[in-house]
Amino acid sequence: MTLASQRSSILPDRITTPTLRSFLGGVPSVDDVGAAERVAALSTRSIKRESKLDALMMMIRMMDLTTLEGQDTAGKVAQMSAKAIRPDPLDPDVPSTAAVCVYPNMVKYAVQATEGTSVKVASVATYFPSGLADTDLKVEETSRVVNEGADEVDMVIDRGAFLAGEYFKVFDEIRRVKDASGEAHLKVILETGELGNLDNVRRASMLAMAAGADFIKTSTGKIQPAATLPVTLIMLEAIRDFFEATGVMVGMKPAGGIRTSKDAMKYLVVLNETLGTPWMTPDWFRFGASSLLNDVLMQIRWVKTGRYWSADYFTKD
Amino acid sequence: MTAEITKPSTAPLEWEYATSREATDILDLEDKYGLFIDGEFVKPKSKSYFPSINPATEETIAEVAEAGEADVDAAVSAARRAHTEVWGPMPGAERAKHIFRIARMIQERGRELAVLETLDGGKPIKEARDVDIPLVAGHFFYYAGWADKLEYAFPGIRPESLGVAGQVIPWNFPMLMLAWKVAPALAAGNTVVLKPAETTPLTALLLASIATEAGLPPGVLNVVTGAGKTGAAVVSHEDVDKVAFTGSTAVGKLIQSQLAGTDKKLTLELGGKAAHVIFEDAPLDQAIEGVINGIFFNQGHVCCAGSRLLVQENIHDRFVDKLKRRLATLRVGDPLDKNTDVGAINSRAQLDKINELVESGQSEGAEMFQPDCVLPDRGFFFKPTLFTNVAQSHRIAQEEIFGPVLSILSFRTPEEAVEKANNTPYGLSAGVWTSKGSRILWMADQMKAGVVWANTYNKFDPASPFGGYKESGFGREGGRHGLLPYLKWSES
Repeated sequence: MTLASQRSSILPDRITTPTLRSFLGGVPSVDDVGAAERVAALSTRSIKRESKLDALMMMIRMMDLTTLEGQDTAGKVAQMSAKAIRPDPLDPDVPSTAAVCVYPNMVKYAVQATEGTSVKVASVATYFPSGLADTDLKVEETSRVVNEGADEVDMVIDRGAFLAGEYFKVFDEIRRVKDASGEAHLKVILETGELGNLDNVRRASMLAMAAGADFIKTSTGKIQPAATLPVTLIMLEAIRDFFEATGVMVGMKPAGGIRTSKDAMKYLVVLNETLGTPWMTPDWFRFGASSLLNDVLMQIRWVKTGRYWSADYFTKD
Repeated sequence: MTAEITKPSTAPLEWEYATSREATDILDLEDKYGLFIDGEFVKPKSKSYFPSINPATEETIAEVAEAGEADVDAAVSAARRAHTEVWGPMPGAERAKHIFRIARMIQERGRELAVLETLDGGKPIKEARDVDIPLVAGHFFYYAGWADKLEYAFPGIRPESLGVAGQVIPWNFPMLMLAWKVAPALAAGNTVVLKPAETTPLTALLLASIATEAGLPPGVLNVVTGAGKTGAAVVSHEDVDKVAFTGSTAVGKLIQSQLAGTDKKLTLELGGKAAHVIFEDAPLDQAIEGVINGIFFNQGHVCCAGSRLLVQENIHDRFVDKLKRRLATLRVGDPLDKNTDVGAINSRAQLDKINELVESGQSEGAEMFQPDCVLPDRGFFFKPTLFTNVAQSHRIAQEEIFGPVLSILSFRTPEEAVEKANNTPYGLSAGVWTSKGSRILWMADQMKAGVVWANTYNKFDPASPFGGYKESGFGREGGRHGLLPYLKWSES
């Protein structure tokens, strides 16, 4: 059985907005208070010594080092890519990040800068961050970034359509963008800060996975709140349910607002205790972040040397 | 479908959390503890001592005095004198100051109390630290606030204290049960003779010294340590005006029969076999957490533990699968490790009782599941355990196990859920999970239990009364209701 047919095995035979509505109606509801309590409990885990260092290194391996600013330039992208390849020139143990994540127009510079390295190039697409454009244009943009060498595509869903209950429109758009992505990995951004509640987060997660998402991602980073622990927990639970129903593994990417390694550690704990070891790899989990990296580097230096180093010792790129 | 894990290109991190042990050097323990009578630690007239051990290591922490009848008599006399001369006549506002001061000192010394509670009782440090001790301080703060407002608590009556309260508390929440009893008794103007459980006497003794430091007048709080005989001496002492007991239903019945024909007031908080009902429309993953918290909190040593799980038939298998997977992530072991979820069983005797009941569950035909976890070599530990295919008539569905053991039954209709939930001599607590508000209200109305939690479990608050129906006891602790058992009144 192909992955695509495994995925669609949980879907109704005829996919229309009404049949998708009843599919999503079968998704378990979420109690917000309970979800918040669960992540609060997991946040008290005390991670020390070697388990801390292991986690800090893994955080870097899992990082999509990101710049998504109107003022981005080729030079800025090249600098960030250099940092992604070699985050800490003084410490050869520190690995490269998983990827750099840029706007479509910057893909070619990122591809140049990371050539011959393990660092992948991820491009936001589908008229990021609003996604307010015709599906044809979104598909065209996706093809363009893939042709320019993007290994990964971060698309946004049509939140307006989702909230209005036009599930087929959302589903079909993801499916078409997935087709246009070809070999590139597709991350589907739900923009959970606009979905209003955790029930919607869970439903949107299922819809995106059934439509072909390789990863589901919380946020664009342009809307507050961006990634939160309860939202991440609910998406991870949806991934687990989907895996059990179809046998297809889907990855998770919280993005936006994760700035300290202490925060990132909590996400790793939630991942570890919800999906477990098989997902504890950059193949299946990413952090979308711009300022997290230096804090992780500072923590690594601290764990290794027993001293805190000033921010001046870490490059700002 | 059996799903297979795709092999990743980057090896996953097999993340074992390093041990993160709470330091015990904050404690300043004695080798030997006397009885706390009339404001000081005294040697027992019985000349007898017993060891209090750490159930996680089986090592003796300290020797503790065993109070005999003469010792209990001395404690009751001290309490009587303190009530007549000092605490009874003292204005409520002054009593409040003392209780507030104790509450603040409990907060200040919270870490010390939490570590000792874990050491002596075996509960995970994260629970002692984040649940028990904050609630203990909360109860003292709450009742301190009532001390000068008793006339307003129950309008139209003039409340008066009863005199000497004899209180016997269990080992599952040594400090919290102390707080539930001592705080309202003191606020209402009574003096106290407290008998902590023989396996967990140390925090009560630490609290006694905190109370002394706080300037509580001698004799207002007395702590007599010992086992059942000491407890019997406290409840049957003729100069005790009020008896409050938390513990097993068997002992509760014995106390009630002993007190028959006396004018002592009595409250009993006894056993439970709570039904935890999961409807098909429940928020399933949060319900899983609720069930886990309901039965594995404090190793299931909880009188209100949700030990009988009733799952609607059409989600039964899926829910049980989720539960099994979640069970495998529980971290069982050293209670002092900050990452431990399930700690040590409180005593050898309790471990034997759990073993006995679990064996009966297997021989009666229920299906047992335990996760693959390694228990420490020493100490008293028991794996988190589920039973499926449980019949209502099995002992594991009827008797209180008081351990980390969950019996799972299914139901088809809400009516059947209610019938099964109420089909027990107990009636302490219950839980219900559903997305329907109307069903929550209907279930709460139908279930004969003192507490019904909806879409949550094991939530406590000083302002909320707690207590049982049927053989789970009578009288309420917590809230304004918690003052009543410690007051008598005339109409004003």
